[in-house]
Amino acid sequence: MPSLDPSLDTLPKLLSHNASAFGSRPAMRHKDLGIWQTWTWAQALDEVRAFSIGLAEIGLKRGDKFTIIGSNRPRLYWAMCAGQALGAIPVPVYADAVAEEMAFVLAHAEVTLAVVEDQEQVDKLIAVAEQLPQLSQVIYDESRGLKNYNHARLISFEDVQAIGRKKLASDADCRQRWEAGMREGKGKDLSVILYTSGTTGRSKGVMLTYENTIISARNANAFDRLDEREEVIAYLPLAWVGDYVFSYVQAFTAGYCVNCPEAQDTVVQDRREIGTTYAFAPPRVYENLLTITMVRMADAGPFKRKVFDFFIRVARRWGEKILDRERVPLHARLLYALGDFFVYGPLKNQFGLSRVRIGYTAGEAIGPELFRFYRGIGLNLKQLYGQTEASVYVTAQPDGQIYCDTVGTASPEVELKISDSGEVLYRSPGVFAGYYKDPEKTAEVLTADGWVHTGDAGFFDPKNGQLKIIDRANDVGRLTDGTVFAPKYLENKLKFFPNIREAVAVGAGREFACAMINIDLTAVGSWAERNNVVYASYQELAANPRVYDMIAQHIDETNRSLAEEAVMAGAQIRRFLILHKELDPDDGELTRTQKLRRGHIIDRYSPLVEAFYNGSTDAQITTQVTFEDGHKGAIAARVTIRDLKPAPVPAAKSAKMERAA
Amino acid sequence: MRAPAANETALGESLLAVEDVSLSFGGVRALTGVSFDIRKGEIRAIIGPNGAGKTSMLNVVNGFYQPQAGRISFKGMVRKSMRPYAAAQGGIARTFQNLALFRGMTTLDNILAGRTLKMHRGFFWQLLRYGPALREEVEHRRRVEEIIDFLEIAAIRKVQVGRLPYGLQKRVELGRALAMEPDLLLLDEPMAGMNLEEKEDMSRFIIDVNQQYGTTIALIEHDMGVVMDLSDRVVVLDYGRKIADGTPDEVKRDKDVIRAYLGETH
Repeated sequence: MPSLDPSLDTLPKLLSHNASAFGSRPAMRHKDLGIWQTWTWAQALDEVRAFSIGLAEIGLKRGDKFTIIGSNRPRLYWAMCAGQALGAIPVPVYADAVAEEMAFVLAHAEVTLAVVEDQEQVDKLIAVAEQLPQLSQVIYDESRGLKNYNHARLISFEDVQAIGRKKLASDADCRQRWEAGMREGKGKDLSVILYTSGTTGRSKGVMLTYENTIISARNANAFDRLDEREEVIAYLPLAWVGDYVFSYVQAFTAGYCVNCPEAQDTVVQDRREIGTTYAFAPPRVYENLLTITMVRMADAGPFKRKVFDFFIRVARRWGEKILDRERVPLHARLLYALGDFFVYGPLKNQFGLSRVRIGYTAGEAIGPELFRFYRGIGLNLKQLYGQTEASVYVTAQPDGQIYCDTVGTASPEVELKISDSGEVLYRSPGVFAGYYKDPEKTAEVLTADGWVHTGDAGFFDPKNGQLKIIDRANDVGRLTDGTVFAPKYLENKLKFFPNIREAVAVGAGREFACAMINIDLTAVGSWAERNNVVYASYQELAANPRVYDMIAQHIDETNRSLAEEAVMAGAQIRRFLILHKELDPDDGELTRTQKLRRGHIIDRYSPLVEAFYNGSTDAQITTQVTFEDGHKGAIAARVTIRDLKPAPVPAAKSAKMERAA
Repeated sequence: MRAPAANETALGESLLAVEDVSLSFGGVRALTGVSFDIRKGEIRAIIGPNGAGKTSMLNVVNGFYQPQAGRISFKGMVRKSMRPYAAAQGGIARTFQNLALFRGMTTLDNILAGRTLKMHRGFFWQLLRYGPALREEVEHRRRVEEIIDFLEIAAIRKVQVGRLPYGLQKRVELGRALAMEPDLLLLDEPMAGMNLEEKEDMSRFIIDVNQQYGTTIALIEHDMGVVMDLSDRVVVLDYGRKIADGTPDEVKRDKDVIRAYLGETH
């Protein structure tokens, strides 16, 4: 395993290096009061140093754990680095987690200090203070609403920095001592604990060393030729390994600028103003952008709509080929150039993607339609496959070798293999040091010779050698007749329809496959408006028979496409229902990164699952819901179940399948 | 959290006092001999059933209506009546029951409009947009941006107000009133027509305005639950007369209040 230059093997050391290497280049921006505020690398170092010394003064020591809770703000990133400079270990937590969830992680990680964004987070910590006896200090960034709070254990970010600055001014050696302390950090040291979102069971604390993340980040920078001129926007949860690596470690290793949006709902505008060059988003974000566009286009005049439709067809036909530098006839190039002027350019500008050189999507499978749409309009969108345990990178697609159903080739220094049972395993310098305080779980996943079990089933595509992920290995089951049932595969197919936001397929160990659907309120709401369908709530719209008709058509279409695929033809969806409530992380139905927690959902909606298989046409269900402020209530509903006719399987293929079986 | 604040304000000096005010339109008596005061730094609610005279009372306070009898003192100055313009200059801002925004203008411009009284440079200098006029504009814009940040409406900064949902328009209107940096903020049914979530947001903003800027707030509301949580003291009107005045708990127990809200048993 290659080791790092010892003068650049921790993040605080990299910060200090960047401050002298690109001192006057922007390190961070934040839109505040409507104006982009910029900090250069030299200024960032100054902020971090002052806060770090302040932290030391109020008692943070080497080896202590401290938490970061809030949205993407420069101060929270600085706080991570400031703590790391003292040898303390940040444990970022999902800001939208309810207090109870937070309490579990913070207690498990033995956090002694918290740096939080605002009153909302302070309130949550106060609510669970009794479960966290070791938490002795809470530092907040935004003071609004906190004036009348008891400040015994509460202090503002500025005040901590002021303590640090005072110390710096009064004690001449202080700066050197801090510097020396920071230099004591080593690449092999634990740098961060990131709690996994936990699709199955409680979340686990993934321990990553400086070396893990820095080598992975270096390799990724080299792979995509990222340097200090990149601009990225940080808007994904701080607690997620993706954000930690893209907005922090990669920025520190490459020296590029990280931009923090003004608010969660201004990200698209802010991205547009900044003109990011390197973009990262889960498929959901791309989906939402496209849904909004399609909804707006449906309201546009007929002329604009015709122009849009025409050029989007041109993009579908030629766009990807042009992007991949294939040979394309001259008339297609001219047409595409025209389309770029009238449609694609303005569209990308609206999305804030005009300057994006490389865009990644990961976290979940992306719909082929969606993927082709963005690539068609000239966005270099690629897929990658990663895990917290790998410091993100396992595989990524090299430029020019892009397929919508694969996740790419092994990233630099990553070894890949497929086990006999079909599970994907990898070994790399990014491999984690273990789960915090959980050697048993660590041993289950990490083998003695350094291989990590991903828990995902996959294979190498024989056509192009890239890795293809089928599903989580544990989720793949069989129907009673022996047909392979891969729920995620079905769900992804369903979710490619803009009207379907979320889908849960059931069928393992049953006679046939069924699906529970969440409709997309933006898309279906706009449809309702255009079709004079009156509704007051999600629940009412979801129960509307015309919505059922529409969803039934989508599923029929899905079934037709399944019928084409020999292996999947038997797993067509025979019955479906539309859930009366949206799946929500607060109710434990999704993870904080918006992935399904399948086991939990099937338990929770077991009356509905039973109804699928006992032939009833509707079912009564009462579910507990958690409101945004944490208090609980129950909603009850009668949910209708619809039957569907399976699409006929083409004769030749069914014969082949029988032979195969 | 609110309890200590209420005690402090109980000791606060009176900002506005209404004494024995009566108002009638032709033969209709809207208000009859109403007296109460608003103390510095408190949240004061005026409640009552429909037609009790709540909005009339507010209109008297900010000088929109002239009462036939009684007197009003604001910041120690006694006056019989006051013009709205003078009220605004004196530091009274208000929002309306049915929104009164400039629908074709953006959120930013609407809130900026609230600073009209604080703009001192003449037309000529503003046209030139140079020197003191420019500095002044920058300063106003900064104050407006603070309010936008405070009310969490950055995402709609440049959206025409007419296109916004109702709950957000209410928030913009509150922003415009705040832009005046008032000593006394009058809110006419700030929560009317809102859903539960919007009501909770609005309640939080009202409390934050009161605590952060120390603004005295008088609000009219008929949603009892909201009022009881929010306010330090409550005045109850019924058919133009004051029937109760005190802390939310006192008022809740008052027999006349219960009768006015639940009806009499016959």
